[in-house]
Amino acid sequence: MADEITNPATPEACFGKEAVAAALADHAAIKGLDTLIVDAKWDRKELTLTVAPETIVAAAKAAQAAGYNFLEDVTAVDWYPTEPRFQISYSILSFGLKQRIRLVARIAEGQSIDSITSVWPSANFYEREVFDLFGVHFGGHPRLTRIMMPDNWEGHPLRKDYPVEGYR
Amino acid sequence: MAFVEDLEKPAVRDTTGATLAGFRNAEDLIIPDVKDVVEESVSGHHPHGSDPVSDRTMVLNMGPQHPSTHGVLRLVLEIDGETVVSLAPDIGYLHTGIEKTCEAKFYQQVVPMTDRIDYLCPMTNNLAYALAVEKLLQLEIPERAQYLRVLFNELTRIQSHLVWLGTHAMDIGALTVFLYCFREREQLLRIFEAVSGQRMMTSYIRVGGLALEPPLDIYKQIRTFLKDFPSKIEEYEGLLNSNPIWMARLKGVGYLSAADAIALGVTGPPLRASGVDFDVRRDMPYSGYEKFQFNVPTSTVGDVWARYIVRMQEFRESVKICLQALDGLPEGRITADAPKIVLPDREQMKTQMESLIHHFKIVTEGFQVPAGEATSSVEAPHGMMNYYVVSDGTAKPYRVHMRNPGFATLQALETMCKGKLLADVVAVIGSIDIVLGEIDR
Repeated sequence: MADEITNPATPEACFGKEAVAAALADHAAIKGLDTLIVDAKWDRKELTLTVAPETIVAAAKAAQAAGYNFLEDVTAVDWYPTEPRFQISYSILSFGLKQRIRLVARIAEGQSIDSITSVWPSANFYEREVFDLFGVHFGGHPRLTRIMMPDNWEGHPLRKDYPVEGYR
Repeated sequence: MAFVEDLEKPAVRDTTGATLAGFRNAEDLIIPDVKDVVEESVSGHHPHGSDPVSDRTMVLNMGPQHPSTHGVLRLVLEIDGETVVSLAPDIGYLHTGIEKTCEAKFYQQVVPMTDRIDYLCPMTNNLAYALAVEKLLQLEIPERAQYLRVLFNELTRIQSHLVWLGTHAMDIGALTVFLYCFREREQLLRIFEAVSGQRMMTSYIRVGGLALEPPLDIYKQIRTFLKDFPSKIEEYEGLLNSNPIWMARLKGVGYLSAADAIALGVTGPPLRASGVDFDVRRDMPYSGYEKFQFNVPTSTVGDVWARYIVRMQEFRESVKICLQALDGLPEGRITADAPKIVLPDREQMKTQMESLIHHFKIVTEGFQVPAGEATSSVEAPHGMMNYYVVSDGTAKPYRVHMRNPGFATLQALETMCKGKLLADVVAVIGSIDIVLGEIDR
């Protein structure tokens, strides 16, 4: 298949689902996730696909079926005070296609997102880390406990409203 | 569990890993929490039924101050006699909140912190961070800087693997290897000191290029080292390869199938030792790796011995890459032509007004990075290392996240150790080559 990374026909950057789908029509992830994509971004040779938080498990399964077989990372970005506050980023790699995609879901504070440990068991530690440092709840996670901070710690240090020096 | 074997067999042969979707039951692979292990034991396992002595399991705490846990890893093991029933790692003892601290620093001030994440391969961390920020800035890096980055990354890989081999052998009881490995490592640390002024926390690879032009005699020193080193690898292998204790402790221990390795996020030498032929340097090249010829050692055996063999071969491949980098080293600049991002050299700063202004602005205000998000991915000695940098257009990163190989590989520990002997846990920890600095961050 055409390699988006070296294909000169691929534009530098495009935003929005229609524009990205038109520019990267052959892309396995865009074909595979088709109906689940809410928004898309092709920027700096990276494909970011936004999906609705309630469809994250379906999106992960669709990505896996499309050949993206390796979950590299799950992390979050706190866009406080913008709403919805948290951006959960899933970095997924395909060993066969030698491509990486980023799935993104935006959730508000207090909102829960489904765990994808049933799709990739490796999400276990990543999601526990996000829960610990951001306070995002992952529904259906088998053991959602703190991983970095002590169990009796108050607050979630990577939130933007948590001071860098901590509370003293 | 008999059906599991049938599922795994075709997976091992599939070296692309593209069709490995659909593992065995995901629940089986999830590593338990400390509480689960303790509760399970207290609630009473009855492994042998009627025997009153063996009808209870024991909970054993290992670490965080245990020499074979390579730092401050704490393991809580449930054991039945000497057999591991379940196991939970407890991490976070070295958590320093580096990701949070990064958000309060200018982009160039983050570089020294990346050294401290995986302190056995600082140059690799520097490179991964620099690549992510350069992607956001869309900077062109001169070829000479790329070659030097590759050269020092491969020397770092040798250095990191030397620590792995020395400590792994020491855990198994082969003390001599440790002394030999550290003898060679010392030579490498002196090379790093000569180029960057620091033995370990180099901060040598910066956003936009390198910190300094290496001293002229360094290339001769590196060549001398590379000329001798293959004979040193043979020396280590001479001590270990036919050593009956070494073989008995490594062969058939800590098996991990290709499907499980992918499901659990394992990367680097443990993944390749399980039969998945994937190396970021070759498959998704960065920093000019596509110009180098090297092999990616793999094995389909998937045990601790296979990981040992794969890493020993990587020593030789790294030597090959270093020699190619030295032979092909082009002339030119070592930093990108971006005066508003890269600090001017000392001479220019002292003599040219414009350079002085740039220097002052970069040091006091930092440089602004266009808004967006970027992921860089490099093949670190321990596996795949990704840096995820989010910018909001200011001079400080909005979010820096490191995906470190050890954090994910640790999740495979229970799968590798379950049902095996307690002593094998030590061998398995040695074989996945964990560094707690990268796990806890």
